[in-house]
Amino acid sequence: MLQSIAHVILAGLSTGMFIWLVASGLTLIFGVLGVLNFAHGSFYMLGAYFCFTVLKYLGANFWLGLLLGPLCVCVIGFLVERFFLRYVYHLALPYQLLLTFAFVLIFDNLVKMVWGAGSLTPPDLRSLSGSLEIIGRKFPIYNLFIIAVGPLVALGLWLMIEKSWWGRIIRAASSDREMAAAIGVRVPALFTLVFLFGTWLGAIGGGLAVPYVGLLTSGMGETIIIEAFIVAVIGGLGSLKGAFVGALIIGILTAFGTRFFPAFDMFLTFILMAVVLLWRPQGLFGGTK
Amino acid sequence: MKKTWPTLFIFLIIASLIGIGLFSGRFMIYLMIRVMLLGIFALGYNLLLGRTGLLSFGHGAFYAAGAYGLGFFSQNVAGHPILGIIIGIAAAALLALIIGFFCVRHTEIYFSMLTLAFGMMVFSLIWNLRGLTGGDDGLVGIMREALSFFGLFKIPIKTDRQFYFLVLAFFLLSTWIVYRLQNSPFGLALAGIRENPNRSEFAGVDVKNYRLSVFVISGAFAGLAGALETLLESNARPFMAHWSHSAEPILVSLLGGLLSFSGPLVGSVFFIAMREIIQRFTENWMLWFGVVLLIVIMGFRGGVVGVIEGLTGKSRKELKE
Repeated sequence: MLQSIAHVILAGLSTGMFIWLVASGLTLIFGVLGVLNFAHGSFYMLGAYFCFTVLKYLGANFWLGLLLGPLCVCVIGFLVERFFLRYVYHLALPYQLLLTFAFVLIFDNLVKMVWGAGSLTPPDLRSLSGSLEIIGRKFPIYNLFIIAVGPLVALGLWLMIEKSWWGRIIRAASSDREMAAAIGVRVPALFTLVFLFGTWLGAIGGGLAVPYVGLLTSGMGETIIIEAFIVAVIGGLGSLKGAFVGALIIGILTAFGTRFFPAFDMFLTFILMAVVLLWRPQGLFGGTK
Repeated sequence: MKKTWPTLFIFLIIASLIGIGLFSGRFMIYLMIRVMLLGIFALGYNLLLGRTGLLSFGHGAFYAAGAYGLGFFSQNVAGHPILGIIIGIAAAALLALIIGFFCVRHTEIYFSMLTLAFGMMVFSLIWNLRGLTGGDDGLVGIMREALSFFGLFKIPIKTDRQFYFLVLAFFLLSTWIVYRLQNSPFGLALAGIRENPNRSEFAGVDVKNYRLSVFVISGAFAGLAGALETLLESNARPFMAHWSHSAEPILVSLLGGLLSFSGPLVGSVFFIAMREIIQRFTENWMLWFGVVLLIVIMGFRGGVVGVIEGLTGKSRKELKE
């Protein structure tokens, strides 16, 4: 029993870390730009597919794929922000959501056109496939690596936002756009940069998922974006700390759900989301807005 | 003089709808049924989005409630289509009342996220309660029995052509009801809530109850559309409750024009026609639909109706923050 629970928690932590990587970019973009980006799951998906392609043509060096793949996605993110999203910041919520939803449709279909409609199996990455014995059962080293990456990303983000010069500018622009512009911050350029950074985080999540999920499908973005929405809502929209805690909660809850109540794992996450929204609409860690 | 032209126009449309039912081929009839189902769904939905300014991502759940309500009734109790449809609408309205009770406490993005959560809860229940709902297979083999009026006489709706006229009747009835609602004091109060909830509250409008009422009404229309689709396809599927299906009336209303009464109807015609035409030439329907959506949002937020009104000199309209 103890063994089983420990492994369920480990599995939950690694799932949670993937959701965190996607939710962190989503939350950052929502916190600063005020746009809830449906297409963020597509960046995760594109990150995985580009990483796959780099692995296929430049040899199976996973780290090279993880470096180059997300950079390609950033180019796409730049085009999306600079030529489309920028013009809807002032519009009502439905227009913003539907614009990013249009990109979901476009990217899903483009992925099918470029990489084919079936699912892809990534190349064998032997260097990553070891496992370690924990409390009497084997656990993949790669999943442990993911569990370590999550908090590192969180720490990096925290240092960047709270301690660096860039973070101060970002915080200033997110709390008062006009005032920041008045003291000389180039707000549109800053927004583009933040969007790119968020895109990159999502794409890194996708790249890291390549050895983990084992199969790439054109629907992988939609599954994770709904999970990221849930996490962002539970933690508090715009709060990075909340997204981190929310991802851990959802990851572990899903793992326990699949292990002990397989019929209701999806139901559990959505009921948690509804309860949090009703009890504290600003989320567990959101400020009052 | 001013009132005769619109009346004439409406009669022309009704006459051509009847004409399509009488004379056109089977495929056209099927497409028109789909247009009208989507029209009922979107028209009811737009009372909530366009009229009241609330963006719901959970109306698929009410659509499914209508579909499964009719399905259960016809498989377990009686196969009478009209009774089944009434049961379906009642099930959808009841579900909307329960879900709406919680959701209307919030607005904007929190409202959208709550409806998403509740809608997906319904989806996951349908998906997982295999014994009751048939799981991913859904309910299958639902028959279209003849409409019997207290055993006095019977009208068969077995063929699509016969069924078309039942759908047309419900479609015209729905359109009339929604039109009357929008132009009633109730409908005007909803527009007031959209423009300024605080001021409406101060003016004595019970904002929460109005929101709940319109939520239930739009849910009931979704249920009607769902029940009719179940009769058309003879099955109820879990994906009716999925959030991607809830997005459909939003897209359709936007395409036609969010702030106009006829927007969702025009949008439904456009949506189905566009899908048919694009799918003739390419498999990549989603790509092209995405592109059309981009163009509409970037440049034509009044939708098709907005463009037409722009040509005839009226100002373009869009939702404000």
